[in-house]
Amino acid sequence: MKILVCISKAPDTTAKISFKDSNTKFEEAGVQWIINPYDEWYALVKAIELKEQDTNTTIHLITVGESDCEPIIRKALALGGDEAIRINVDSNDSYYIAAQISEVAKNGNYDLVLTGKETIDYNSSSIGGMLAELLDMPYISLATRVEVEGNTAKVSREIDGGEETAEVKLPLVVSCQKGVAEQRIPNMRGIMAARTKPLKVSEPITVTALTSIVNFDLPPAKANVKLVAADNVAELARLLHEEAKVF
Amino acid sequence: MNTTQQTTALKGGEWIIKESNASDTFIPEDFNEEQRMVLDMCHQFLQNEILPIVDRIDQLEPGLMPSLLEKAGEQGLLSTSFPEDLGGLGKDFITSTIVNEGLGGGHSFSVAVAAHTGIGTLPILYFGTTQQQQKYIPKLASGQWKGAYGLTEPNSGSDALSAKTTAILSDDGKYYLLNGQKCWITNGGFADVYTVFAKIDGDKFTAFILERGMEGFTQGPEEHKMGIKGSSTVQLYFQDCKVPVENILGEVGKGHIIAFNILNIGRLKLCAAALGGSKGATTISVQYANTREQFKLPIAKFGAIKHKLAEMAIRIWVGESALYRAAKWIDDKEHEMIEDGKPFNEALLGAAEEFAIECAMLKVFGSEVLDYVVDEGVQIHGGNGYSDEYLISKAYRDSRINRIYEGTNEINRLLTVDMVLKRAMKGKLDLMTPAMNVQKELMSIPDFGSDDEGAFAKEIKYIKNFKKAILMTAGAAVQKLMMSLDKEQEVLMNIADMAIETYHTESALLRVMKLVEKQGEDATALEIDIMRTYLYDAADKINKVGKDALNSFAEGDELRMMHIGLKRFTKVEPFNTKEARRRICNKMLTENNYCF
Ligand SMILES: Cc1cc2nc3c(=O)[nH]c(=O)nc-3n(C[C@H](O)[C@H](O)[C@H](O)COP(=O)(O)OP(=O)(O)OC[C@H]3O[C@@H](n4cnc5c(N)ncnc54)[C@H](O)[C@@H]3O)c2cc1C
Repeated sequence: MKILVCISKAPDTTAKISFKDSNTKFEEAGVQWIINPYDEWYALVKAIELKEQDTNTTIHLITVGESDCEPIIRKALALGGDEAIRINVDSNDSYYIAAQISEVAKNGNYDLVLTGKETIDYNSSSIGGMLAELLDMPYISLATRVEVEGNTAKVSREIDGGEETAEVKLPLVVSCQKGVAEQRIPNMRGIMAARTKPLKVSEPITVTALTSIVNFDLPPAKANVKLVAADNVAELARLLHEEAKVF
Repeated sequence: MNTTQQTTALKGGEWIIKESNASDTFIPEDFNEEQRMVLDMCHQFLQNEILPIVDRIDQLEPGLMPSLLEKAGEQGLLSTSFPEDLGGLGKDFITSTIVNEGLGGGHSFSVAVAAHTGIGTLPILYFGTTQQQQKYIPKLASGQWKGAYGLTEPNSGSDALSAKTTAILSDDGKYYLLNGQKCWITNGGFADVYTVFAKIDGDKFTAFILERGMEGFTQGPEEHKMGIKGSSTVQLYFQDCKVPVENILGEVGKGHIIAFNILNIGRLKLCAAALGGSKGATTISVQYANTREQFKLPIAKFGAIKHKLAEMAIRIWVGESALYRAAKWIDDKEHEMIEDGKPFNEALLGAAEEFAIECAMLKVFGSEVLDYVVDEGVQIHGGNGYSDEYLISKAYRDSRINRIYEGTNEINRLLTVDMVLKRAMKGKLDLMTPAMNVQKELMSIPDFGSDDEGAFAKEIKYIKNFKKAILMTAGAAVQKLMMSLDKEQEVLMNIADMAIETYHTESALLRVMKLVEKQGEDATALEIDIMRTYLYDAADKINKVGKDALNSFAEGDELRMMHIGLKRFTKVEPFNTKEARRRICNKMLTENNYCF
């Protein structure tokens, strides 16, 4: 089986978020990058588990990003990817990114393309769906369980009040979330092997981005908390009605 | 410092009389991508596997620590620099030091790992026969077997060679019968393999490999300790314990070579672990200071708290500069010896022995940084710091042991000076010429010129002067006290402190200079603050201990002249350390962690 895992960088969860150029760009200076957790913990580790079940599996990683992504790609290789491709361009437009990935994926004969359910910075959740469309493959989003038997995948996802399981023929695109796999830590041998695994860099194809970011706003600072005495329910109701306007 | 091009690497202790080149100095910012990943992985391992269960670990839950060591083995953390044909990963000394640092914040777990990979495994790795290595090392490297080391006895601690445990050859010549007792044995409660020292026929101090379950070999109950409660510490008892003759480690009567050589590496590694622990304790203190409010302000806004947090970072950063500088010296020396055809074990031991002075100094400095950090960490936490609910109180209790084992800090201070003087005596280290030059300089008119221009010219000169202060004080002490110097431990302690301060300050300066070269002054502004603050304080410390030393053996005009010299050699320009500390601290407060 051949699996393609889409890997994105994301700012470390403890990074200070700020913007520049009159709030049109994310300030990247000083930001520590990590592998987007949904890509790492779920999509990539699932691919590794599938490889452990069937050693004939190869795992390719793809990242659309500039050279500052290399440490996170190396880490993904250390965890267990076999080789990696980096498309040397930075973009925030989902369609632009999906088109770059599909350009590589369409020639790669992948049986399974895994993405995280979203990145923790832009949260757009759209690469998987677009990619499926561009590759003309079925797509299951927000998977919580992925199993593969021969050329059929069984994929579960949460639905309102329960769980739904679908059976789909490969090839297939799946976006993964919690439940699909468990976070792993690369081990020493993996880290040492990562250095010698292929990391190809290719230039982007020409695609027109469909969106651009107009500006960013930080959430408003938290207002002061109003404390209401535990026995003063009437006052609480009044505040909720008149000030918070929740009913 | 960048004035003389250093063509050959410095030998151990030579930094006292020679200048170092910043560009030749290894600094943590030189870690390669793989080494960064290793450090990251260690932190993640602690975060996921250890820190969530520190309390269970401290309760000595049976089987827990051994299972964690096995997990660490699966991660590849137990054999970083062992040869590949013995199940190791064959990595360099810097990388294995990084592993010690990275796991340093793991409380009792760090102690168990350090003891297992260090004193528990290295004696066999470095002194074992091929058969012994093949029998034990792969299993120790994977964590399947756990290692321990028995040197200390109830009446033989710092004076390790006075051990009473005896070994007598059996009548059939197949066994040694060991009788005696060891105490304070880390990992002793669950280890499978022990390196134990005993005297054959009561006088030939020799190392033996013991295995759990050998006839006549038992372990006592767990000690109730002040800290590192999750680290197993027991006594070992030998009652006609039958140890096969092939389990002699190294040569008969040469046990001391094993005992002392293993300690050199252990001391540097202890420093690494202590600094790793210090970083963790600083981060939790920064986070606490940012959230705890008093007088309607986060306590991080108070200058008294800022001072503490900054000082924590300063000492850690300086210690780390000194640690990796020496680790690289050892690494280089090891490679040089391997290229000269030496086997891996002789190469690393030889390299560590060459830099034994630096290892001793690092042990003292690292363990004292950690004690400072956790002490002020508790203070920042106020009453909560005194509660078991807060991790800082565990860090406080766990820290204290570091000044005691791997040679107490007193022993390591004494050793620092003793080794320097011995090397001078053997002609390995020419202290005489520079000491005479300092004497001449004392008699001449002081040089007020600002001859040195260029970046950090002043700091370079200060370091040169600190070295002169050491040479003057040590030189005079040797001359005055001669053979009785070893009875004047107070003076030796003073000289050791002068050396420790100078070596560490110089290391920080070299790191700053290299960083400025790499990334410019603006990007290095806070590191420059760290270095200048440390240097400013070091000058006073050197002056104070130098005076204490001089006052204890000189008098009259000679004493007055040396006081003037000392004042000149420790004179530094005024520097606003308060503002510098605020800048350093504020950066950590915005980052909400130890971020240097
Ligand atoms: C938790 C723990 C774990 C340990 N793990 C191990 C282990 O795994 N294996 C092992 O073999 N040992 C181990 N030790 C023992 C440890 O190495 C010794 O405790 C240490 O070397 C000090 O010896 P001591 O306790 O006998 O103190 P002492 O030697 O009695 O020292 C008492 C004091 O006197 C000072 N002193 C002693 N001699 C001199 C001198 N010549 N000049 C000036 N001052 C001096 C010391 O610095 C100290 O302050 C461990 C100890 C502890 C507490």
